[in-house]
Amino acid sequence: MELALIFLPLLASITSGFFGKYLGDRNSEIVTSLFVSISALLSIILFYQVIVNGYENNVVVATWINSGTLDVNWSIKVDALSSVMLVVVTLVSALVHIYSIGYMSHDPHKPRFMAYLSLFTFSMLTLVTSDNFLQLFFGWEGVGLCSYLLIGFWYTNPANGYAARKAFIVTRVGDTSMAIGLFLLFAQLGTLNIQDLMHAAEAEWVVGSGLAVAAALLLLGGAVGKSAQLPLQTWLPDAMAGPTPISALIHAATMVTAGVYLIARTHILFELAPTVQLLVAWIGLITVIMAGFIALTQSDIKRILAFSTMSQIGYMFLALGVGAYSAGIFHLMTHAFFKALLFLASGTVILSVHHEQNIFKMGGLRKKLPVSFASFLIGSLALTAFPFTSGYFSKDEILLAALEMDGPGTLLWLGGVFGALLTGIYTFRLFFIVFFGENKGHAPEKEVGGMHMNGPLILLMILSLVGGFIAIPVESVFSHGEVHEEHHVSTLIHGFMIAVPLIGIAISYLFFYAKVFSVEKLMASSFAKTLHRFWFSGWGMDWLYDRLFVFPFIWLSKINKADLVDSFYAFVVELSRAANGMIVKTQTGYLRWYALSIAAGLVVLISVGVLL
Amino acid sequence: MINIGLGHYLTLAAIIFTIGIVGLFLNRKNIIVILMSIELILLAVNINLVSFSIFLNDISGQIFTLFILTVAAAEAAIGLAIIVVYYRNSSTINVEKIDSLKG
Repeated sequence: MELALIFLPLLASITSGFFGKYLGDRNSEIVTSLFVSISALLSIILFYQVIVNGYENNVVVATWINSGTLDVNWSIKVDALSSVMLVVVTLVSALVHIYSIGYMSHDPHKPRFMAYLSLFTFSMLTLVTSDNFLQLFFGWEGVGLCSYLLIGFWYTNPANGYAARKAFIVTRVGDTSMAIGLFLLFAQLGTLNIQDLMHAAEAEWVVGSGLAVAAALLLLGGAVGKSAQLPLQTWLPDAMAGPTPISALIHAATMVTAGVYLIARTHILFELAPTVQLLVAWIGLITVIMAGFIALTQSDIKRILAFSTMSQIGYMFLALGVGAYSAGIFHLMTHAFFKALLFLASGTVILSVHHEQNIFKMGGLRKKLPVSFASFLIGSLALTAFPFTSGYFSKDEILLAALEMDGPGTLLWLGGVFGALLTGIYTFRLFFIVFFGENKGHAPEKEVGGMHMNGPLILLMILSLVGGFIAIPVESVFSHGEVHEEHHVSTLIHGFMIAVPLIGIAISYLFFYAKVFSVEKLMASSFAKTLHRFWFSGWGMDWLYDRLFVFPFIWLSKINKADLVDSFYAFVVELSRAANGMIVKTQTGYLRWYALSIAAGLVVLISVGVLL
Repeated sequence: MINIGLGHYLTLAAIIFTIGIVGLFLNRKNIIVILMSIELILLAVNINLVSFSIFLNDISGQIFTLFILTVAAAEAAIGLAIIVVYYRNSSTINVEKIDSLKG
């Protein structure tokens, strides 16, 4: 069963990718969607077995490398953590596959698109089911590749290619750091098997030792790059250049949470380096708040969602940082559902208003687009942690865990609650501007939809509503370091935490629906304008990185254009060009010249022969 | 009366050969002259063959000469045919103007 689960998406990808031309568009779509859906069903069955029977297994598919102490297998490790990830990945992926049939119905390259989607699913599955770091790294790079391919899917527009390259290169920075971390771990502890490695690290390193801190920091670098956290977050907003289903699957639900998964998997290592673990929490918190402010100012519907993704992953990092791993994974799951819902619904909106992405040119879409309206309502409520939606349970757990932490816990909690306020404001700003008020530009005739697109939306709506009631038994994986207990906090704090997002929604309501307060008045002062511009550009991070890395690099490469090696090759080129210039003069085209040179050559050869 | 020996024949052949060679690359006007020069070169060789045949009492030299004459006739026919076709295509057989191989 595990084999089928993992390899069906690969099979689908190969079928659609190599034989899509012969199968036709429709058959490629059916094959990929069907195979991935079967995979999703299998993973739900597996998840059920893990919950009910405590099923665990490690299927070794093949030996990959066996050389000296380096012993690496292709394996499928099933435990509580990976089974949760399996369900999230295959379920969202299957829904996105089906949604894409509708979304991409006018695209000329459907088989290629479906092949990339399935390949991504396969890579993600190898990542989450690996029992060793090498296979994990394989999947890690595989999802990065698919992300690159899919962001640049509409390759005829150079801007998309640029966004794809940016995503690839920025995440590569993190990946390099992670690779070095893996080298360090292998060199020090002599194995790449995750479980053995963790036990060895625990046995050999004391808490806070230099090596543990270095290894944890390097792994954190990889996680930060993949999960678009500070300081490697700049690629995610640009990644929205890809088709919207891609944003839903890769840049919201699955790939960007790989960093969270990595840290959760290696949590023992992070516990050996408490400073790094605290750093994880701070990175998460700062990203939550920064991304929240940026999302407040954006006007592109997909970019708002992208920044909201960054901030939600920030919450997951915060959870990991305070040691609430299961809360982090829980939020990962619920976030995957409601953010995929929001992205897919935004896809429907974008298609319905003829590829307009600026929310200020929408407005009043509530009546015309009922399915998107319902999706956005439920998705936004879950995102803002409205009581008893899925987001409420997971975010609640994270914040309570932060509150219970000693030391900076209260500060982290306060920051998290403030982030929740921002979430409420920016989410419902988007909601009110798009669906209420007057239409300002693009009035849709009717909602683009059909069963392909509405079916996944409805299923995701249900999951977003009830996802919080799914009990994920991941504590067993983390039992080592996590003391799970009922949170004992006063009803006052509980009430406060419920109230804050509602206050956010209310602020949004007053500003963007009831118009009691006016944004224009707020924006009147020059300070506000500057602040708006600063947040709109993402805290000037792109500007800063251009100045810090891109321009010096271009400058250096310009200077270094004619280095020694280059000059040598330029010399060879010049030499052959000069020789050519000389020899070409002998080609006069006159017969007598050729006859003369033959005769003269003969004379020279004979005289040489006679003389010698 | 001087006694004409092998040396004289060979000298004659050498002179004719040289005339042929020089004719090849001093000629600037007519491509037919080139053809004639090649004929001259071949005939010079024939004189060599015949004279060696006589002075060495070996008949095979003269037989070769007959073969060479036949081949020379065929070559002249082909050469003239090529010139005719070339003239038809480029309406000139001026050697100065035939330089399409120029680099």
